[in-house]
Amino acid sequence: MDARSESEPTSMKNRTTVERKSERELVVTRTFNGPARIVFEAWTKPELFSRWWALKSSGVSLLSCEMDVRVGGGYRLEFGHEASKPMAFFGRYVEVTPHSRLVWTNDESDDGAVTTVTFEEKKAGKTLLVLHELYPSKEALDGAIAVMEGGMPEQFEQLDELLFTLGASVGRS
Amino acid sequence: MVQYTRTRFDASFAALSDATRRGVLEQLGRADASITDLAEKYHMTLTGMKKHVGVLEQAGLVTTEKVGRVRTCKLGLRRLEEEAAWIERYRQLWDVRFDELDKVVEVLKRKEKVDGRKK
Repeated sequence: MDARSESEPTSMKNRTTVERKSERELVVTRTFNGPARIVFEAWTKPELFSRWWALKSSGVSLLSCEMDVRVGGGYRLEFGHEASKPMAFFGRYVEVTPHSRLVWTNDESDDGAVTTVTFEEKKAGKTLLVLHELYPSKEALDGAIAVMEGGMPEQFEQLDELLFTLGASVGRS
Repeated sequence: MVQYTRTRFDASFAALSDATRRGVLEQLGRADASITDLAEKYHMTLTGMKKHVGVLEQAGLVTTEKVGRVRTCKLGLRRLEEEAAWIERYRQLWDVRFDELDKVVEVLKRKEKVDGRKK
């Protein structure tokens, strides 16, 4: 069995892959058709970041996005159906190396991962992006995965929301 | 993931190749049990049963928890297909997000070109 997840091999689209590297690590990879400085910019300027991070199809919108991208600087993202009850994701930048590396914490839960994103410029102005999540324990990552346990069809909607929440927190929020 | 899954599969098949271990899984499907219970049921030494449970645990088929002096065994929470399904959903989430990021990258590239021409 090949359980690796990849996009459909369409002609123009770059593939996204997700791999569980170990008990505590998840790795997401994707190539972008642009130089590293541009991809990096899209991850570090709030006005650009907020244009792609929120998943429109989920119906949950990004209410606010604050990012102080420097070592020790904080970020805070708020999502929600309504402004009165936002879900907040926040943490701190641990490493900021322009155009090549970003590391931040996910502090909204004790089981939050440390996220490392690297931007590696390849030939023809393309950039390989690797997002690495290191969870504090095997249980923390298993817990994230366990959201899927016992998922009955009627629960999928809820699962989607939970996964969305997880994705938002994990990737960076 | 391929590597990881294959390892897990090998471990699962190895774990299931033994009649006692299959019996233990069946037993745990009915109710949780301590290693002592299982050893008695299969007329085995505690050490022998510990080894079997260890193999099942390695394969992710069984989890154990020690409370006081008793180690209780239960069916593993995690199933390969569930993990694979989760990974796929998680991948889709990133895929949708990265499609949007593609658009932002395109806009920035075009802008750079235009700005470059102005200079």
